[in-house]
Amino acid sequence: MLVSLNWLSQYVDLEGYSADELAELITKGGIEVETVESLNKGIKGVVIGHVLECVGHPDADKLSVCKVDIGEEEPVQIICGAANIAKGQYVAVAKVGAVLPGNFKIKKAKLRGEPSHGMICSLQELGIESKLVQKEYAEGIFVFSDEVTPGEDALEYLNLNDNVLELGLTPNRADAMNMIGIAYEVGAVLNRPISLPSPELVRSEENAEDYVSVRVENEENTPYYGATIIKDITVKPSPQWLVNRLVSAGIRPINNVVDITNFVLLEYGQPLHAFDYDRFGSKEVVVRRANQGEKIVTLDDTERTLSSDHLVITNGTNPVAVAGVMGGADSEVQQDTTTVLLEAAYFNSKLVRKSSKDLGLRSDSSARFEKGIDRNRVVPASERAAQLMQELAGGTVLRGVSEQGARHIEAKDVTVEVSRINQVLGTEISESDVAAIFDRLQFSYKNFGGTFTVQVPPRRPDITITEDLIEEVGRLYGYDNVPATLPITESTPGQLTDFQLKRRRVRRLLEGAGLYQAVTYSLTSPAKRVFFSDESPEAIRLAMPMSEERSELRTSLLPHLLEAAQYNINRQLENLAFYETASVFLPSGSDLPEEQEHLAGVMTGLWQEHPWQKEKKPADFFVIKGIVEEIAEDLGLEDRLTFVRAEEPKLHPGRTAAIQLDGELIGYIGQLHPEVEKELDLPETYVFELNLEKVLKANVAHLKYAKLPRFPSVTRDVALVVDETLEAAEVKRVIKEVGGDKLVDINLFDVYQGEHLEDGKKSLAFSLRYYNPEQTLTEEEVKNAHDRVLQAVEEQFGAALRS
Amino acid sequence: MQERLQTLKEEALTQIEAASSMKELQDIRVAYLGKKGPITEILRGMGKLSAEERPKMGQLANDIRAAISEKLDEKTQVMEKAAVEEKLKEETIDITLPGRPVKKGNHHPLTRVIEEIEDLFLGMGFSIAEGPEVETDYYNFEALNLPKDHPARDMQDSFYVTEETLLRTHTSPMQARTMEKLNGEGPVKIIVPGKVYRRDTDDATHSHQFMQIEGLMVGEDVRMSDLKGVLQSFAKKMFGEEREIRLRPSFFPFTEPSVEMDISCFNCGGSGCSVCKSTGWIEILGGGMVHPNVLRMSGFDPEKVTGFAFGMGPERIAMLKYGIDDIRHFYTNDSRFIKQFKHI
Ligand SMILES: [Zn+2]
Repeated sequence: MLVSLNWLSQYVDLEGYSADELAELITKGGIEVETVESLNKGIKGVVIGHVLECVGHPDADKLSVCKVDIGEEEPVQIICGAANIAKGQYVAVAKVGAVLPGNFKIKKAKLRGEPSHGMICSLQELGIESKLVQKEYAEGIFVFSDEVTPGEDALEYLNLNDNVLELGLTPNRADAMNMIGIAYEVGAVLNRPISLPSPELVRSEENAEDYVSVRVENEENTPYYGATIIKDITVKPSPQWLVNRLVSAGIRPINNVVDITNFVLLEYGQPLHAFDYDRFGSKEVVVRRANQGEKIVTLDDTERTLSSDHLVITNGTNPVAVAGVMGGADSEVQQDTTTVLLEAAYFNSKLVRKSSKDLGLRSDSSARFEKGIDRNRVVPASERAAQLMQELAGGTVLRGVSEQGARHIEAKDVTVEVSRINQVLGTEISESDVAAIFDRLQFSYKNFGGTFTVQVPPRRPDITITEDLIEEVGRLYGYDNVPATLPITESTPGQLTDFQLKRRRVRRLLEGAGLYQAVTYSLTSPAKRVFFSDESPEAIRLAMPMSEERSELRTSLLPHLLEAAQYNINRQLENLAFYETASVFLPSGSDLPEEQEHLAGVMTGLWQEHPWQKEKKPADFFVIKGIVEEIAEDLGLEDRLTFVRAEEPKLHPGRTAAIQLDGELIGYIGQLHPEVEKELDLPETYVFELNLEKVLKANVAHLKYAKLPRFPSVTRDVALVVDETLEAAEVKRVIKEVGGDKLVDINLFDVYQGEHLEDGKKSLAFSLRYYNPEQTLTEEEVKNAHDRVLQAVEEQFGAALRS
Repeated sequence: MQERLQTLKEEALTQIEAASSMKELQDIRVAYLGKKGPITEILRGMGKLSAEERPKMGQLANDIRAAISEKLDEKTQVMEKAAVEEKLKEETIDITLPGRPVKKGNHHPLTRVIEEIEDLFLGMGFSIAEGPEVETDYYNFEALNLPKDHPARDMQDSFYVTEETLLRTHTSPMQARTMEKLNGEGPVKIIVPGKVYRRDTDDATHSHQFMQIEGLMVGEDVRMSDLKGVLQSFAKKMFGEEREIRLRPSFFPFTEPSVEMDISCFNCGGSGCSVCKSTGWIEILGGGMVHPNVLRMSGFDPEKVTGFAFGMGPERIAMLKYGIDDIRHFYTNDSRFIKQFKHI
């Protein structure tokens, strides 16, 4: 909503406040002023001129040589290029020395040999947006239609000395979508009285009811409909004051009749529609639901197909307007219109909203109906418009209004106690202060010992409960005056849950290991959703995605992490290590999907590097595996998290493991399949993804201290030659199984293949540590256990001792 | 004999003086003081001497032995010290060469901001609640006093999955979810960080996915002044002790009264600059007193308890705090961007 301060000052005295000060006060009062715009875009020295003579330029077809009276002793000669320049016009002249928007300075000039002392201006040249310029002046200079005096400041007449506030209205403050509503608000904020227009109508002897009847089919849809008839209208341009009002509000002036309805819409917040009575097509107005498939061509010359969800105005046969949204082209006021049927109605806001939404048609009218208008202002607004048509279009207003429905509704009572106000706000506002605030708002009330029963006027439909009144008091009392306190309720311990605490640990651990945290989008494309699995579950798909790229919820974090890797690689950032913790979304069979928090990581390029010491450690399977193992150890799951050889379509068949927790599959780790690397244009890349919830929610025994060793332990190293396909973990498992309770540590310290070994064989070297917490181990105890180990590996794997 | 001893001594001392290695010193020691050395030999021939001269000569020989030995020790020490010094000199390194980096990663800036805020509210006795990102229409709207057809639903065009489920448009649904579980028994003190989604085209200032932190406190005698106090602590912690806050009236369907909170501009201190659009104030978050309908729908009696709620955007806070100019940076994951948020 744009608010001209010149206009607003017609209703409330703004004396003593600058535009910026007003903006600040209004904002603090609760309606945010988004911008303060001066309509003068840097103009100086533009006056009214009277064109005394105007002849063609001797050497240029399109130029005219004019003698213009600009209120100085002698008329000046100005060369003008506009086609619509003519002798006798009153025009805006930028004198020599004047400045136009864009710091454009006017100097003496010679045009094709003829001297020119100034410039005759178009409205665009004075900084008015083209879309707001009346059609007749769109292509040429502006011509005053009112009586004006040469030499006077043109800005005053064109309202270019005005300041306009742009309000950012919240949906509850529909009352401020019109100048009267804003006058009430600013009056309350400034604590000044307001004066509102009181239209005085002279009505003719003829009755409106003889011209038209009104029938509303459903009063719930249309609580009030009134039709006023105005005869003998002359359609012509509006006077400058009306043009100025509309331009300052960002509406293009059309002609007096249309401009008046727009003006009253802005002033009263009441959408009106003027039909050409002679083109209406009947003598009855019928308001009803549209028939399914019924068509209407609206004012914007577009054919609209309606349904029974939509409310229409008809002439008894055909729709002539979509109620509250837009009129029809057939009954539009035109240049030759002489009789106007003026509609002033109250339509159900939900129905207007529905029509507007379905038809994709938002108008100043629908915007107001949707948010709710003042029921008690419908009739006064139509009277205001009728009065202006009488005044500005020479119209004769017929007696009475053809109408259906009640013209007025009663104010609602809402009660609030002063003690409650102070309890909610934490303030100590007195009874008299509360009373003063309601006075400022012009709310009537009764006060019994601090209990206020307020009659909330229908112009403020947003106020329905006690808390709404508390807000009114609070905002006008000023939130700056509310103290800052600390809560006095019982104290509560604030702590992270076990899950949150562990998640923070895991994040820090990953970062300690060199990974950076990424955050990627949850919405993905169908292709990316199924990228890591051929048998992905059914999609959770948006009903109306904005694009296919963001149409489904992801089931894996890796595709977007890989996308992040690609983005960086494309920018020559090659050593990458990212992780992300986020939810994936899986069908659950119930209303809401199952949301599983996952952890995923991607690594490529060098993991550790120290160039001048020639240290380069590329990320590889064991780097990333070590990181996952460290997470397990950090969470006390080192013995329960295992890696099992696995195959996954998008991962390297020989370098992939399933991650299991207590034997249950919770994720994968591996190198991207080289074909996928090629497809994504990525170098050797390692990834993992696991169900973080399983890991963080696993029950872990309390940390308990283990006694420090009191006796020496004995370590025996053993190198076993086995088939190269045999997995180390299997050998370890067997060693552990037979080693007995004195075997406390099994460490793989060497893997060898090559020279001195048969083809197809490898050597695995383990360091086995034996320990007895009760006493010093005997040589024999160690020997027995160790022999059992050697025997078992030989029997089970044919393992030979490597010499 | 005496003469010979003196000569021997001088010879030895000269040799010691001239020696340039530990080996030479060792050889000298063996040569002069060893069992086969000249002094031993001389001492052996003392039998020929008179009884008077014998002790004298013995004394002299021992003195000379001691003198040579002492000199040897002295020289050995000098040479050892020189050797150590030499060795240390060889071990000298260029201490200006770069150290081996401890290659650590770091938090994403949004997590950094969120954890900072979490810790602040944990310290004030709030706990952290988390909830589903796909929500029912009921929790996302209706339980927050936004019935179907409410015009305020336009404020946040949303991504529906089915007619009744959608990607949450704020983390506020956890208000109702948390309160419902408590059967009307307070106090409630939670903050709810998490991802939210709105139908916006991604550009420098809009993102279809972003973070939100919702706060809720419900109990007996929770006042708007408490909201102001809590938010003041928050503003000072996040943006500096000298920050002032102001509350401006606003509108949210789930709070009444509703406010927006501005902080005094940290860039210009309030005199006006481009960061604060020359107003001296920067809008940070919205909040207010929990609407009685919201309390009622979640099983709390608005006659007995009151509450405040607020919601803020970590992206906005991070953008202001670190001067980030484009919201898309948060989701592009350019490593040069994320790495900037390493230090404290
Ligand atoms: Zn500033």
